[in-house]
Amino acid sequence: MSAIRPARGWPAILPMRRKGKGDGGYVATALVLAALVAMPFLALIWLAVSGTSSNWSHLATTILPEASLVTAELMLGVALLTGTMGVVTAWLVATFDFPGRRLFSWALVLPLAVPTYIAAYAFVEFLHFAGPVQTAIRALFGYSSSRDYWFPEIRSLPGAVLILSSVLYPYVYLTVRMVFLMQGRKAADVARTLGASQATIFLRILLPLARPAIAVGVTLALMEAVNDIGAVEFLGVRTLTFAVYSTWLNRGDLYGATQIALLMLAVIVLLVTIERLARRQQRFTLGRSDRPQPGSERLSGGRGFLAVAACALPIILGFAIPLLVLGDYALRRLDQLADPQLWRAFRHTVALASITGLVTVTVGFLLAYGVRLTGSKRLVLMSRLAVLGYAVPGTVLAIGILIPLAGLDNFVDARMRETFDVSTGLLLSGSGFAIVYAGFVRFMAMGHGSLESGFAKVSTHLDMAARTLGRAPGATLIEVLLPLMRPALLTAFLLVFVEASKELSATILLRPFDFETLATFVYAQTSRSAFEEGAVAALLIVLVGILPVAILNRSILAETARS
Amino acid sequence: MTSLRTDRFTRTATLTLALLGSAFAATAAVAADVNIYTSRQPELIQPVLDAFTEETGLSTATIFIDKGLEERVKAEGANSPADLIMTVDIGRLDAAKQAGVVQPVDSAVLAENIPDSFRDGENEWFALTARGRVVYASKERVDTDAISYEELADPKWKGRLCTRSGQHQYNIALIAAYIAHHGEEAARDWVTGLRDNLARRPEGGDRDQAKAIFAGECDIAIGNTYYVGQMTTNEKEPEQKEWAKAIKVIMPTFDNGLTHVNVSGVALAKNAPNKENAIKLMEFLSGDTAQKIYAELNYEYPVEPGIETSDLVKSFGELKPDTLALDEVAAHRTKASEIVDEVNYDGGPQS
Repeated sequence: MSAIRPARGWPAILPMRRKGKGDGGYVATALVLAALVAMPFLALIWLAVSGTSSNWSHLATTILPEASLVTAELMLGVALLTGTMGVVTAWLVATFDFPGRRLFSWALVLPLAVPTYIAAYAFVEFLHFAGPVQTAIRALFGYSSSRDYWFPEIRSLPGAVLILSSVLYPYVYLTVRMVFLMQGRKAADVARTLGASQATIFLRILLPLARPAIAVGVTLALMEAVNDIGAVEFLGVRTLTFAVYSTWLNRGDLYGATQIALLMLAVIVLLVTIERLARRQQRFTLGRSDRPQPGSERLSGGRGFLAVAACALPIILGFAIPLLVLGDYALRRLDQLADPQLWRAFRHTVALASITGLVTVTVGFLLAYGVRLTGSKRLVLMSRLAVLGYAVPGTVLAIGILIPLAGLDNFVDARMRETFDVSTGLLLSGSGFAIVYAGFVRFMAMGHGSLESGFAKVSTHLDMAARTLGRAPGATLIEVLLPLMRPALLTAFLLVFVEASKELSATILLRPFDFETLATFVYAQTSRSAFEEGAVAALLIVLVGILPVAILNRSILAETARS
Repeated sequence: MTSLRTDRFTRTATLTLALLGSAFAATAAVAADVNIYTSRQPELIQPVLDAFTEETGLSTATIFIDKGLEERVKAEGANSPADLIMTVDIGRLDAAKQAGVVQPVDSAVLAENIPDSFRDGENEWFALTARGRVVYASKERVDTDAISYEELADPKWKGRLCTRSGQHQYNIALIAAYIAHHGEEAARDWVTGLRDNLARRPEGGDRDQAKAIFAGECDIAIGNTYYVGQMTTNEKEPEQKEWAKAIKVIMPTFDNGLTHVNVSGVALAKNAPNKENAIKLMEFLSGDTAQKIYAELNYEYPVEPGIETSDLVKSFGELKPDTLALDEVAAHRTKASEIVDEVNYDGGPQS
């Protein structure tokens, strides 16, 4: 295993370690896992180059310029808005004391439980001509037709930016708040004693300090905005992902579609790399701190009111409005609660999300430990690539999984028939395995961040001490690191769980017979323009997400406290 | 090379993963006498399938798959559990045929029940229900009761037309039919004319167009017939009844005097493990019992001649379906999709 020697420039646990004792099998496992994650991408690349797309001239002249522009605008908008919403709210709850702060600190995470496509439907229902807002406006001013007055069009690019950001900003909020509560606190206190104003501290100290955290949160939000199809299709925003689907389904050109998807992926990789390079020269040392101390400067009067408004607005947008619209529909359909199929879908959703969470966290953990153990450049690269599954439209990724899995199944089946005269059929591709596989490839990004930062907080001296005391890497992992990493693991698990419980596009393509989840249940209704019939199930998806989101919030605070 | 403890850890991890995997694999084993991959919503076919089970004692299992149905069957290859593929839109039926995942069925029953224009020339797919792609017009603001598809591009409708995305399969099929009738150049002009008549950017579904007429945003729209039935009878959301009341259905025609219809249909999977049962179900679906259920269930037009439509559907007026072969429509889909992009239809009105 000489290839896995620590490469120069990467921090390894035991730079002068005894040659490989106990590492070999371990690292091999990590490599296998990384390969598993890479397989769908390889399949997609193969797919992209295998077909001769006759449509490129059409794509290049009519679709791509416009779609690229729209996608760029969407990304820019979502980056700015999630960044602003996430950072401002995190700063407020971490720095000041104002009425309802404790509640906000928790409730600001809630929009994470609302899937983007459901938020889009809810917003349109809420703001359309016959919805409560416009009805009130008409009643107030005595208008009768939509031609009598101007009202902003929610089905538009700005509308999509607003809707997506309203449910995606918690990624930024969660990561940034942690920084503000920990390192930020001490630095801010020092600056405070030197007479800096809160505004100066925010702009000159906290914001630069939180940059890596902002980057992590915004990247997640952007990936989700880019891979989204449900919301943008409904809102009539023609992004590159929309072009992927129209190329594939309307022009029967899966190859061209895959090529566009990979192009998008390349752009994301580029952005992430640029961002990393740009702060390569900077050092972000994790300071030790005691319990995370939220600031205690009291905001009262007008400023207190402003703080409350700034924290309430994102929750109203990302949680209250969707909940209100869904609840309204659901109230007229409470009889659906007696439908055993709904509860089966509920159980499937919870089971699937739990298993996906466990598998993803396990894989992510082993990968991250592989990196920590060896500093292998190859593993580092692979673990970075592993998070990219989230940037690919779900259905396309599912195809990247389907083709190799079914190929393997058929290969095994043919061999088994030849040798033992038994048919094994579609062992992997026709079962829940495929969905879980898709889930972990898609959601590695969720777990990766918290696991990486979790490991970063545990001093490598502990590993060394354990190794010196004769523990093999596996034992070190179980006896030393696992207990220390528990909060980070829980955080990663919950993030993946919440995402997996909302997952639609891969599940719907890969599931076995008669396997409904809440998301597929909702989709079956919306696909025949009867969103309201899926409201009860949609509400259940949100409810499934709320509990983990609440635990998540506590878990992150606990994690913050430990380091 | 590895110590005992590492070994145990790796083994535990592997074992756990294997257990989880096999627990899930077990759910895959569920299969019935006929297994169906469908992009038709479960609610819309379950009553018909139940009737089949009642009559024959054969059980059915379904997976609702939307995008990627053909790719899945193709990837699964010889071991695919799919017996039947049921789908909506002529484009999807044709895509299944082009992907080579279906096989021809030679059945006297199907040939008798389903008219020529509603099945593939090589008997690789069969339509089961039809729906007209018609005009919704404001009762208040539109006087005429007859209109041609060609006329929809007339400047007199400028700023008055609403539709869903031009890339939606129903619109693609309509434009493809236009190409089949008038050729590509005329179709491009037509779509350009439609675009210039738009009141707003294409968005939402067909119901949303009725809603937009109700709201006064536009006067005419293009939509499928059955949505009107669904809105008219929506007891849970009475508001939709108001939308339906605001509009009247006009059956638009091509210059042959006939209306464009799209279909839902069925095809036999290439590697169907239960071929005999599957054909039984196909024949059942084309027969009186199933066709009657279809007619009542979703306000669609049964393809079997002589089966009555529901009373509500009759109130739309008489639908004279275009006799243009559907596979010819399907052949022009790629071009139709390209035209929509080229004239930037989804960008909405240009001025």
